[in-house]
Amino acid sequence: MTEGHWHVTFCIYRKKGDQPPFYQDFPLEVDPDEYVLDGIERIWAFHDRSLTFRHACHHSTCGACGMLVNGVEKLTCITPIRAVTKNGGTIRVEPLRNFPVLSDLVVDMAEFYLRMEQAHALQVVPVAQSTLPYEPPPFPDDGLPHQRLNDCIECGMCVSACPIALTASSYQGPAALAATQQTYSLTGEKSLLSLVDCADGVWRCHSGFECTAVCPSNVDPAWRIMELRRQVIRHRIQRIFHQDR
Amino acid sequence: MTQTKAHVIIIGAGFTGCALAYDLARRGLAVTVVDRGEIASGTSGRTHGLLHSGARYCVNDQESAIECIHENIILRKIAHQCIEYNGGFFVALNEQDLAYQARFEIGAQQCGIEIDAIHPQKARQLEPNLNPAVLAVYHVPDGVFDPLRLALAFAASARFFGAEFLPYHEMENFLTNGQGTVTGIKLWNRLTNAHSELKADLVVNATGAWAGMILKKIGASVVVTPTPGIMVAYNRRLINRVINRLNEPGDGDILIPQRRMVVIGTTSYEAEEVDYIPVEKEQAIQMDRDAISLVPGVATCNRRGVYMSARPLIGKGEAGRSLARTFKCFDHRETDGIEGLVTITGGKATTCRLMAEKTADLVCQKLGLTATCETACEPLRSYREYYRPSGVNR
Repeated sequence: MTEGHWHVTFCIYRKKGDQPPFYQDFPLEVDPDEYVLDGIERIWAFHDRSLTFRHACHHSTCGACGMLVNGVEKLTCITPIRAVTKNGGTIRVEPLRNFPVLSDLVVDMAEFYLRMEQAHALQVVPVAQSTLPYEPPPFPDDGLPHQRLNDCIECGMCVSACPIALTASSYQGPAALAATQQTYSLTGEKSLLSLVDCADGVWRCHSGFECTAVCPSNVDPAWRIMELRRQVIRHRIQRIFHQDR
Repeated sequence: MTQTKAHVIIIGAGFTGCALAYDLARRGLAVTVVDRGEIASGTSGRTHGLLHSGARYCVNDQESAIECIHENIILRKIAHQCIEYNGGFFVALNEQDLAYQARFEIGAQQCGIEIDAIHPQKARQLEPNLNPAVLAVYHVPDGVFDPLRLALAFAASARFFGAEFLPYHEMENFLTNGQGTVTGIKLWNRLTNAHSELKADLVVNATGAWAGMILKKIGASVVVTPTPGIMVAYNRRLINRVINRLNEPGDGDILIPQRRMVVIGTTSYEAEEVDYIPVEKEQAIQMDRDAISLVPGVATCNRRGVYMSARPLIGKGEAGRSLARTFKCFDHRETDGIEGLVTITGGKATTCRLMAEKTADLVCQKLGLTATCETACEPLRSYREYYRPSGVNR
């Protein structure tokens, strides 16, 4: 064994076609500073070419590699092995919850991406308004209209962790609701509020804040859903007093 | 009787494969893209994310530089949805950097790249985290893109025009007619473990650094040198502009902002096997040092991700840096006497649309079609449309 290396067992969820799923163990020698995704990619490269998993950027900008690691949603490309197990330990890897499984660790993102599109989720936002309103600005603003890729990387981990998404598949879900809140705060487009002011929208959330707990990208979906509720109520009251024309 | 469309199979769903699918589908061809993994799960997904202005290559590799600036302007127009376009700086930190200035200015002018000299003090006002020791600064039209989303945007647009994508389908071998003509491919569906055959009028090998490995299956060859490099991402966005070292291309001399991060790159060495490229710890430490020399605040950040990616460079060089960053299309009838097979490799993410255009030109010429490229003007479809179930595309 190379000095400083660990022996860990990757216990991986396997499923192909209509066959029943099972768990398969892959013992691996790893550097504990490697990321979980490195281990999974090595299993594919050297042990089992039939293993399927989603991945692309390997540094948390694309959102493709969200999986359950020891039961918790993790972006596997930035999760060091050291953070989830110990020498001689096990790493159980499963596909995200609340998504249809296509094969092994690959889930179907079609519905999720459709909802993000319907929520008018922004892809690129002005740097000055790109962080949460309660966060300090990252560094002094030079007043130029800089833009940057949005925080939400559409990994689906918030939907996987959401106890409501588990029971109600028609629920719009934390990612789409958070996107609606952000787009509304930047555009003031009132029609967005009517999209979410419904039983499968902001009112379905039970304030469990599981989404915020697993978000790898500072989106804070739970805060955004609560904020969106405030905006919906404000809009309703304004309508009562005919202040919204 | 209706004329059946010519059918082209593209192996590889990286930038080139996705952009080529879009180009060919727009020209009216039937296109199927196969990849053994997810879209952009090879080199493309792990690219640094720099939308090159071309300034990096304006002295030593002007052909690439001109391609870059031309495509940079087009991508800003058609792929705005996946690009942070805030420009970039080239900064001089020592005497050698200053000595490069004159060649840099001439090169940029020769390549048609707009550069502006900025007073170092002004540059530090614009980018407060820049190394206070900067001696000279130029502004260049650099940008940053999201790798997966750029590929998805091309793929979504290809699907809109009828192209079919088969991710997790590994090409196992070529089908031939026994007389040296490729007639299709054998596929392994990794989602279900099923095996199948797919016929085509022409097959395009768009597998980048894996091009040589694919061609081995049929006894053809192109000289592609897989040349990995390392990238390290840090957990704070310390800059809005790309910071490049003002000198000949070297290691660890580009720091890009991306979402809430900054990402430094890269190194360059030749590799044979690129299915799994282990992260070299020493190189990561070198990147830390290089990033800190450009933006000292990186020292206060935590690493967020460390990853390797293999460039497909054409030819063989003493060192990867000496190889041109341009691309090349190979008609295997010319190179190996094999009909029905084209390889496109080399190039950079920034030039993927142009690579697709040139390849599509060759494909159309070989199939006796006259359709022309129409990918340079209209914005791409939303990348999210890629995931739409088939049947609801149009």
